[in-house]
Amino acid sequence: MSVDVASTQRSEVPVAEIATTTAPGSFSALWAGLRRDRMAMVGVFIYAAAFVLAIIGPSLAPYDPQQVIKDSAGNWLTSQEPSPQFLLGTTNMGRDIFSQLLYGARPAVVVGFLAAFIVVAIGTIIGLVSGYFGGWVDSVLMRLADVAFGIPFLPFVVVLVAFLKPSIWNVVLGMSLLFWCNTARVIRSQVLVVKERDFVEAARVAGASPWRILFVYVAPNVLPLSFLYGSLAMGWAILTEASVSFLGFGDPKVISWGFMLQDAYNAQAMTRGAWAWIIPPGLCIMAMVMAGFFIGRGTEEMLFPRLREQ
Amino acid sequence: MKHWRTIQLIAARVGERLLVLVIIATILFFMFRLMPGNPLVAYISPTFTAEQQEALMKAFGLDKPLSVQYFIYMANLARGNLGDSFFYKKPVAQLMGELLPNTLMLTVIPLLLAYAFGIVAGTVLAWRRGSKLEGAGIIYTLISRSAPEFWVGMILLTLFAFKLKWFPASGASSPGVIYSSFLHQVTSADFWRHLILPALTMAFYLQGLPLLLMRSNMLDVLEEDFVTMARMKGVSEWTVVLRHAARNALLPVVTAMALGIGYTIGGDVVVETIFSWPGLGRMLVRAVANRDYPLAQGAFFVLAALMVFMNLVADVMYYVLDPRVGRTKEATT
Repeated sequence: MSVDVASTQRSEVPVAEIATTTAPGSFSALWAGLRRDRMAMVGVFIYAAAFVLAIIGPSLAPYDPQQVIKDSAGNWLTSQEPSPQFLLGTTNMGRDIFSQLLYGARPAVVVGFLAAFIVVAIGTIIGLVSGYFGGWVDSVLMRLADVAFGIPFLPFVVVLVAFLKPSIWNVVLGMSLLFWCNTARVIRSQVLVVKERDFVEAARVAGASPWRILFVYVAPNVLPLSFLYGSLAMGWAILTEASVSFLGFGDPKVISWGFMLQDAYNAQAMTRGAWAWIIPPGLCIMAMVMAGFFIGRGTEEMLFPRLREQ
Repeated sequence: MKHWRTIQLIAARVGERLLVLVIIATILFFMFRLMPGNPLVAYISPTFTAEQQEALMKAFGLDKPLSVQYFIYMANLARGNLGDSFFYKKPVAQLMGELLPNTLMLTVIPLLLAYAFGIVAGTVLAWRRGSKLEGAGIIYTLISRSAPEFWVGMILLTLFAFKLKWFPASGASSPGVIYSSFLHQVTSADFWRHLILPALTMAFYLQGLPLLLMRSNMLDVLEEDFVTMARMKGVSEWTVVLRHAARNALLPVVTAMALGIGYTIGGDVVVETIFSWPGLGRMLVRAVANRDYPLAQGAFFVLAALMVFMNLVADVMYYVLDPRVGRTKEATT
């Protein structure tokens, strides 16, 4: 439930190779590469679908997800089996599961994109500054990364969210406070290589200021790597929000997939084998996390072409 | 000479990790002090008079300035004193001591399962590169890495605890069973029957990392000259894969395992909760929900210490197992 060591370790080793394969402004190359990779395209498609669902999902939902549905005689329609009227059945409180599933896309997308963006922005800036300036700045920032790395991630987010106020914004805050350290480390090692290259030296000789060199000449060379970490962070963010909601510290006003599973768990949906309640929210979370891996993997193969040949 | 260098490097790492732990403890202190609301809220009943409340604040040292509180806290921590739980009215350290064996068992057993399976499966996938089996294996790994652990747990519960009734659904022992010692606990069949479902849930997630690492290392090693050499000498394929390649591909996987313990801690919280496993992670969740600040703080600190310690073990293993690491580290830092 934490950092993906496999990709961290693999990304850190062949740094020298990225430097020779990515050129400034290589985002078009990145996109071209993504299009060539079938798995990555599946990932892009899943994200796109989730995005659309986040916008129009609530208007597609046949019922209000919080509404207790009653029949004409006023009886609660609790624990219904899936039927044309209730595609996935109803909860033990008579709420429509399919409608809840549609509503769940919105918090997932909001948390995923926002957390990934913040995490990668912080990680990239810290990595850039740390790698480029070196010295005590580097030491302080990297010790800070060690600390962020040493704190158990999910427990930290749970404590923070429970004490501040259960809301999806605090989940994003918790993630942002700790999760930048992976991106920062990888970006830093990339910067160490890029800053030795000729065009950076040329800019320095030409009298460009350090900040200008950093953001105009060095940054474009590391951004594709940030993108990779962004796609992974997005999956982690959604998984984290789901876990926090499942543990009961989620936003009480938001119907998320994690909340649905918590509801199912507390209602003992497992004892009556209510598969239609248990399976779909988990599949949705899984699809989102997997999409991150797919895109990350596609990006990685492009950044490290050696992997493709193996 | 070389040993001396390694010892120096390890000592430096120990120092660094200790510093990290001190900083984490500091963050923890301020995090819990700066939270909104009175930390004694769970302790004080509304019937208390203002004087009684003040006396209680004094008894807990909450009337002292924050800086003084901080030094008392750090001094207590260094002596292993984590305060008393508001809810259980017992020393937190004692509660942690009772729960730690359960959490350790639910960490070590899934790791062993996951790494044993992952190493074998990774070797096979590398060996059978390009086959249908490899494709299926990769998809299986991706699923295991992206399925939420609590969801996998719920599915296993539905199938094996409620439908087939093969395993119990919650706890670490049957009602009424009390273990006289840790040894008694780990040798009792009842305990293992309770451990199986949570351990499988966790192992399902954990297997992905060793599997992928082993596979990619094997692919690298199988390309190397000494493997080609062995093949040319007419050594059987079986011997090439196992004796020559797998042995060399294993090192990074072994190191990753120590790191893996750190990563299982997040999973502990979720898996222990879903299977009502009496461990540190579940206790943390309950303490937070009950606003039992000393207990939550203690559980968090013990989890963090466990993680820092395992990271340290990973570092040390890396230095000891791979003599090259010492030199490259020296060159870069």
